[in-house]
Amino acid sequence: MSKIAIIGAGPAGIESASMLARNHEVLLFEKSSTALSNILDKAYLFPDFSSATDIADSLNSKLINENIKLMLNTEVVDIVRNDSEWKIVDKSGKNYFVDAVLITTGYQTFDATRKEELGYGIYKGVVTSIDMERMIRYNQIVNSINEAPKRIVFLQCVGSRDEKSGNRYCSKVCCVTAVKQAIEVRKLLPEAEIYIFYMDLRMWGQHFEELYRESQEKYDIRFVRGRISEASSTFDRKIQIKAEDTLLGVPMKMTADLLVLMVGMEASCGTKDLGVKCGIGGEYGFVKTATPHLCDNETTEQGLFVAGSCKRPMTINDVINDARSAACVISDYLK
Amino acid sequence: MDESKNKRYWNEYQKDIADDKFFYERSCIRQTFFPGSEAAFLKIMREELDKDIRDEANQHTCTGIGYHSDIVPIETTMTVVARLFSLMTDAGYENYVPSCVTSFGIFTEMVEMWKEHPEMLEKTRKYLKEATGRDFEVPKNIAHPSDIIYKYRFELKEKMKYQLVNRFTGKPLRVVEHIGCHYAKIFPEKGIGKAEFPYVLAGMIEAWGGEVVDYPERRHCCGFGFRHYLLQENRGYSVANTKKKFESMEPFEPDFIVANCPGCAMFMDKWQYTIAEMENKTYDKDGYGIPVLTYEEMAGMLLGYDPWKLGMQLHQVQVENLLDKIGIPYKPNEKYRGANGEILPSPEKPMNLKV
Repeated sequence: MSKIAIIGAGPAGIESASMLARNHEVLLFEKSSTALSNILDKAYLFPDFSSATDIADSLNSKLINENIKLMLNTEVVDIVRNDSEWKIVDKSGKNYFVDAVLITTGYQTFDATRKEELGYGIYKGVVTSIDMERMIRYNQIVNSINEAPKRIVFLQCVGSRDEKSGNRYCSKVCCVTAVKQAIEVRKLLPEAEIYIFYMDLRMWGQHFEELYRESQEKYDIRFVRGRISEASSTFDRKIQIKAEDTLLGVPMKMTADLLVLMVGMEASCGTKDLGVKCGIGGEYGFVKTATPHLCDNETTEQGLFVAGSCKRPMTINDVINDARSAACVISDYLK
Repeated sequence: MDESKNKRYWNEYQKDIADDKFFYERSCIRQTFFPGSEAAFLKIMREELDKDIRDEANQHTCTGIGYHSDIVPIETTMTVVARLFSLMTDAGYENYVPSCVTSFGIFTEMVEMWKEHPEMLEKTRKYLKEATGRDFEVPKNIAHPSDIIYKYRFELKEKMKYQLVNRFTGKPLRVVEHIGCHYAKIFPEKGIGKAEFPYVLAGMIEAWGGEVVDYPERRHCCGFGFRHYLLQENRGYSVANTKKKFESMEPFEPDFIVANCPGCAMFMDKWQYTIAEMENKTYDKDGYGIPVLTYEEMAGMLLGYDPWKLGMQLHQVQVENLLDKIGIPYKPNEKYRGANGEILPSPEKPMNLKV
């Protein structure tokens, strides 16, 4: 039985661990105190409004396996090849020796304070899509003065496809997430006006386009093609936004009770750090695979593998499929 | 608003500002509209901060207004800028301090352009040599005077006789700060606080006891906009822009406005008269308008300089109500005494704006 280290107990780490544990011993490292934090910060998941907690519970149940050793609060700070095996070093200096390593360190959401013109962290009426998930989960959607908002504006592509923040790539999930959240808000606040400001809507996945159509026909979500250039607070603590409606070709100013910034995905600190240390650091801090088409779980280092959103922005089902693929590749490698 | 406490970003971005030995360049228009401001800055530098600052007699325009109005080609601007730098070089200084925000933008832009395109620097050296026989060095540090006052705001506070506090209520004065577009919107990293939440004036206001008013159109242009004003046909657009700002700040009831740009201070002051005459509308409760100060006037006033020596009587919106709020004494009879000691005729009173 070989020993495998998996770095990161997100959906990719847990799914691949559960598959590899059928024939191997798995050490699953997680630097925080809980697994699946990037799922547990959501309320419901697109496109079918599955409960994020249920999905997390299902994944967590896969950890009940005697071949998986989950180590929470254990940050991996170095991965070093040691002849035919790999040495894993954690923050306390403890070493672990394994036959293969799978990096599943995932993503972190864009820090919206970096777009200071949008006022996040400054005005209470400006929140991120992660904050909105929490508001939806606890049915506490409120504006800056703790009242139910009458007009809510979602803004797409905050920290994605954005020259200023240096992230030119698309985060892939924000378009449909905004539609999903807008529908959830509509269900909780039937009287509210809800707008989504977008550059273009990338409804690429199964049922995404249908959800987009339904949001307009059934839930009266209004879409405006244009980016918001700035947000500021009015005397009565609403949020004034300026934008250009690029379909009508007119500049516009609007006052909203709540501005929701759809924050994009960035490589997590762990991804950036381990990517550089292992010599597989890629664009934007994501890790680089051996080849993009046929060896997308392999790296240029023998025995070092990658899976999930440490490679690029992915949906949860993309991540699960990628984790299964990585498990197959690692099993082949260890034969 | 308690949210103003969240504006930590305002002081997050800092820049290098030299400590001493400054070469000062005056503005083309400031001595007309705010005649005591540049003198006040020099006095503060020399007498309060004990700095070496040279006020060069042979200086001239930076071409900024012509450059931004598309009537002066960039080669001319670069050569004129180079001549100004040559004056600095000849005088043995390395730290350039242009009074005007547009000049600050011009110098910063030219230096950055020379960094990116060294061949343009060589061309400029050639043009200057051919035209004037002069050579120049690129300044080691370019700072706007408001940067320097900001840097020494706490030292100045120690010397101040007054604070930005309403002596009748004991509350901080509510101050609108307006930053010239060319201070940080062209090169954000060259401005304290960068472009979105510049801290250069806000830092002074907070250090000196006042409260910064954050209103929705804070970033909006003052209304100058160069060609928006310089072409007579566009002036309605210029007034409309300024009006938009006043309407936005009006509910916050600011005690005064402070600006670091010649054009901004001028337009926000003069257009209040224009709007009052056009629409019989002022943006304070009592019909006097909102006083507009330069940051040198604000600093000088708090240091106890005579308001009339600071030239504040030449503002369109009069400042006595503000001086009364702070508790700064002034002699009404001396308001229009000229530099030759004679009392000048009082200006004609506007129809709607109270003075």
